Amino acid sequence: MSTVVLLLVTGLGLGAVYFLVSSGLSLIYGLMGVLNFAHGAFLTLGALIGWQTASLIGAGTWAGFLLSLLIGCLVGALLASLTEFVLIRPLYERHIEQVLVTVGLNLAAIALFEGIWGTDPVYIDGPAWMGMTTDILGAQTPNHLFITILIAVLVLVGMVVFLKKTRYGMIIRAGVENRSMVTALGIDVRRAFTLVFMIGGAAAGLGGVLASHYFGYVSPMLGGSLLIFAFIVTVIGGLGSLPGAAVASLLVGVLQQFTNYYWGFGDFVVIILLAVVLLTRPAGLLGRKAVATA
Amino acid sequence: MSTAPEPTTATGADTEVPVLAVSRLRASIDGQQVVEDVSFAVPAMGITALLGRNGVGKTSSIKAILGLIRRDGGTVELGGEPIHGLPTHRIVQRGIGYVPEDREVFAGLSVAENLRLAERDDSPRRELVESLFPDLVKRAHQAAGTLSGGQQQMVSLARALLNDNRVLLVDEPTKGLAPKIVSEVAEALAEAATTVPILLVEQNLSVVRRLAAGAIILSDGKVVHTAESAESFLDDEDLVTRHLGVGTEGGRAS
Repeated sequence: MSTVVLLLVTGLGLGAVYFLVSSGLSLIYGLMGVLNFAHGAFLTLGALIGWQTASLIGAGTWAGFLLSLLIGCLVGALLASLTEFVLIRPLYERHIEQVLVTVGLNLAAIALFEGIWGTDPVYIDGPAWMGMTTDILGAQTPNHLFITILIAVLVLVGMVVFLKKTRYGMIIRAGVENRSMVTALGIDVRRAFTLVFMIGGAAAGLGGVLASHYFGYVSPMLGGSLLIFAFIVTVIGGLGSLPGAAVASLLVGVLQQFTNYYWGFGDFVVIILLAVVLLTRPAGLLGRKAVATA
Repeated sequence: MSTAPEPTTATGADTEVPVLAVSRLRASIDGQQVVEDVSFAVPAMGITALLGRNGVGKTSSIKAILGLIRRDGGTVELGGEPIHGLPTHRIVQRGIGYVPEDREVFAGLSVAENLRLAERDDSPRRELVESLFPDLVKRAHQAAGTLSGGQQQMVSLARALLNDNRVLLVDEPTKGLAPKIVSEVAEALAEAATTVPILLVEQNLSVVRRLAAGAIILSDGKVVHTAESAESFLDDEDLVTRHLGVGTEGGRAS
């Protein structure tokens, strides 16, 4: 029983990290039709700068940890906004070129990060409490998982409230359905583009800091390895669907943990799940049949 | 009959500045020419019908005016000011209301959200819309995707009528609707036309006969006929058969 509980909570923690990355990916694709391969770079930079900030303040302190979250979030948002404004916007409606430029940015960013921070992973510490465990039904569960899950839930709630209650949220929801009709109502949908990049980048930066505590290290490769699973999660959930990203994140995270523990091929099972979903529900679990393009 | 490179108003009110003047418009979708050389003008009052068989470029012409498809040449003027170089949202902000073919309501948004999204003016004409479409008030919180086709058309029309537009481009508003609803939509359009000129793409010729003052007829991406009176055009069996492929008694253009 305790093993099952532990696997479940670690799976939820991993799912929480996946959600923080895939939510932005899904919104960006849903609204703009861009598969953003640079999303991992937002995450990695958030993690690296967040770690450096925490190191300056004191890696083992709560102030350092909380500030690293804030800085990671801001760095992710800033890099994502710049990416949209400088690289994506001039290629408006040229989807292939937009995807290619994000691939290029990702490669260049990794090379730059390796040049600055080196290629080796750096093992990190958080506040002492995060390194301890809490007994849940006999399972000694690492405390950092609770923080990761809590923050992912807060981000999900925040995104839902933003999408449901604000005018820009309404524009994004409408744009995901039918972007050209939004422009035909006299709305400059490109402002929403920058906004979804900013929100997605902020969530990814936050995810980067939390992922570094989940795995226990930061590395210029952190984003790349997570991005693959985030893409899979996004496709399984349904491109453009935030609830889909949330459900698929949990599903993939928990499935991966259980399969890894009992059979040792968790990554393979995720690929099988992706294939099954694509064959039976090509639009994903909660996705729409087609995404309108302008 | 006239085949005019320069815009001519369908009602013959040449002395007035037309609200919308399209000249030598060309447009393409994925490299395929869908609007070849379209010139016409929409007078500043009443309803002007844009007619033609299926696939002759009516919807494409409207989309090209709005910049929703790639324009390859020609000019579009709204109230004498060129708008063809502007992006779609700026064109619409200049005062064009658009009611697309197939309605294109945002299915996941509520009726109220669909309408709020369309509000551009500081004081949107909510009272007008509520009086024209009282059913929408009752269904304000219902997801637009769960409405009937007729109700969705009301949402689509309401979105265009909320703002003080200079012209409305209305594309096949009665397509796929039950006869009773067709009549309601026609009534709403007639009411709307008292305050704003309308360019109406419509296949239902009895609706055209009831509503339209003038008519512009397209064939193969070009204007082939401009009628000062839609009614007299529809009475001319030879012209109607030649350009629309149907008899003069009601029916739908093929």
